Amino acid sequence: MTISKMLLGAASLAMATGMAHAESHMADTSDMRIALSNNYAGNSWRQAMLQTWEETAEEAVAEGVVAAADAYTTSENQATEQAAQIQNLILQGYDAIVLNAASPTALNGAVKEACDAGVTVVSFDGIVTEPCAWRIAVDFAAMGREEVDYLASRLPEGGNLLEIRGLAGVFVDDEISKGIHQGVEEHDQFEIVGSVHGDWAQDVAQKAVAGILPSLPEIVGVVTQGGDGYGAAQAFEAAGRPTPLIVLGNRQDELQWWAEQRDANGYETLSLSIAPGVASLAFWVSQQILAGEEVPKDLTVPFLKITQDTLDEALETTPEGSVANVVYTLEDAKEVIAEAK
Amino acid sequence: MNFLARHRIILPVVSLAVLLAATFWMQPRAMSYFGLNLLFNLAVPIALATIAQMMIIMVNDIDLSLGAFVSLAACVTATFLNDAPVVGLLILLALILSYAALGAVIHALELPAIVVTLGMSFVWGGLALFILPSPGGASPDWLRTLMTVKPPFAPMAVVAAVIIAAVTHLLIIRSGIGTVLRGVGGNARSVARAGWSVIRLKALAYALAGLFGVLAGMALVGLTTSADANIALRYTLLSIAGVILGGGEFTGGKVSPTGAVIGALTLTLAASFLSFMRLSPDWQIGAQGAILILVLTARLIFRQKGAA
Repeated sequence: MTISKMLLGAASLAMATGMAHAESHMADTSDMRIALSNNYAGNSWRQAMLQTWEETAEEAVAEGVVAAADAYTTSENQATEQAAQIQNLILQGYDAIVLNAASPTALNGAVKEACDAGVTVVSFDGIVTEPCAWRIAVDFAAMGREEVDYLASRLPEGGNLLEIRGLAGVFVDDEISKGIHQGVEEHDQFEIVGSVHGDWAQDVAQKAVAGILPSLPEIVGVVTQGGDGYGAAQAFEAAGRPTPLIVLGNRQDELQWWAEQRDANGYETLSLSIAPGVASLAFWVSQQILAGEEVPKDLTVPFLKITQDTLDEALETTPEGSVANVVYTLEDAKEVIAEAK
Repeated sequence: MNFLARHRIILPVVSLAVLLAATFWMQPRAMSYFGLNLLFNLAVPIALATIAQMMIIMVNDIDLSLGAFVSLAACVTATFLNDAPVVGLLILLALILSYAALGAVIHALELPAIVVTLGMSFVWGGLALFILPSPGGASPDWLRTLMTVKPPFAPMAVVAAVIIAAVTHLLIIRSGIGTVLRGVGGNARSVARAGWSVIRLKALAYALAGLFGVLAGMALVGLTTSADANIALRYTLLSIAGVILGGGEFTGGKVSPTGAVIGALTLTLAASFLSFMRLSPDWQIGAQGAILILVLTARLIFRQKGAA
């Protein structure tokens, strides 16, 4: 987060709290407590997510927006552990629980207990299906379609595409791939000639792409799911083939590579993924619900897109080995809520 | 033998009481009908799984597939038992019978149970994924009602724990067949000499384990309202720890059903207590282990004093 953004955030926050006092129908949330229930902290995305939550919470508590916003992570990534954690949070008397769930369904019992106890439950990223909870979901299929739309705008004459998928059997992988295939149907000048699983990891992607490359005709574009673009680029280089247009996924190593290519030969592409800062969006949405705002149960998170123009800024603010991030403000949350209405 | 060594149940009871007092002190809200239920309702399936594990440990074996088996039972409950109750019941029955067969095979071929059950954990896990490839399913209404029932005086979790402990105590400690089953763990040869078929007894012990494993899966689905192929993987280790914490031993058929239920409650409570303490998750597993070691050390010290 840049200084200017931080100032902007603080300013909008001050304005928003001012507004909250002005609008009489909004309840005061300054004595309310929000908890984050998180099931896993073992990768860069989740670390960035927890970091963002902490920053947002600290600021909000200092401003007196809420009394507390504590983060809890289960010691093991298991639904039964998280269900127990949620029940503990109810006992601790939190007014809202923001939830990144280990399972979309196995926590429904605990979430229902929370709702029955009068606790507001907002799930994001890993959402829950229990109807009494709010869901801040990601339209992964739209992300896949957007990749192909971008390719179509850059390569109007079309050609052969290579698809790199994520971890087999995971819902996110299915959704993004579905979106990519819908996009290809729409822009029928493209054809997917090969598909490999990169498991969202650069080393796996590099090995998989290197394995399939010799059997492929000329490739004009690579559609990816994030965390795999750099590996794909390495595989093309090692095989001595021209680097195609690779859509990237906001990882720092991908952005670094992109900047190097751009400086060397004017390489141009698009990078998009979900920002871990979505935790801050979930925080503000739960605050709005506590304040009495009418919020639809299903909200959609915007993606974080990095283009040629914003590359330098994004690269500067992304720590090595991490993911490009954005911290959402109360204003952003209000916009998302208004869009869903 | 001193008093504590003779009454092995004292130590688990004291551990639970101390932990409960500390929890109430830290979180007074827990000291209510509603609070007790929230603290302990997820301990009910763990208590059932612990009893299942106890049946296996009772005959000197150990079951490393229990977590996967409970997950599979949960998946069957959330799918077949809900959509087609008769088929669901038949499948659950078949699961119990396959556990009995497993016990017989382990005894007949003199296979190490630890290896066979480790292998079976992949079979159960695969079947669970086959039935429920992505999380879902729904709890049968009667099961949900049963697990969320609000009895007078004491919450469901406490009533259920007392019933489980009482029934298994009668079955394992008081009844004739229970005594013979414990005898298999104590001295299988003399049980055989007395005219019992050890292979049948082992099959019976495993079948009982299968029965309680299935009950654990059903109870879990009643609480969570749906299933997931990995929902109960943690139960394998939790159940072993629960049996030992409750005063059971790995050999000699020395087990205590009441102790096992209390052990399961203590483990669940320990996790909540650490979360109330706001301990970082990195330390929580270690702290849980420390609590376990503390109780076991206390037991060892008392026993040595008793022997001296």
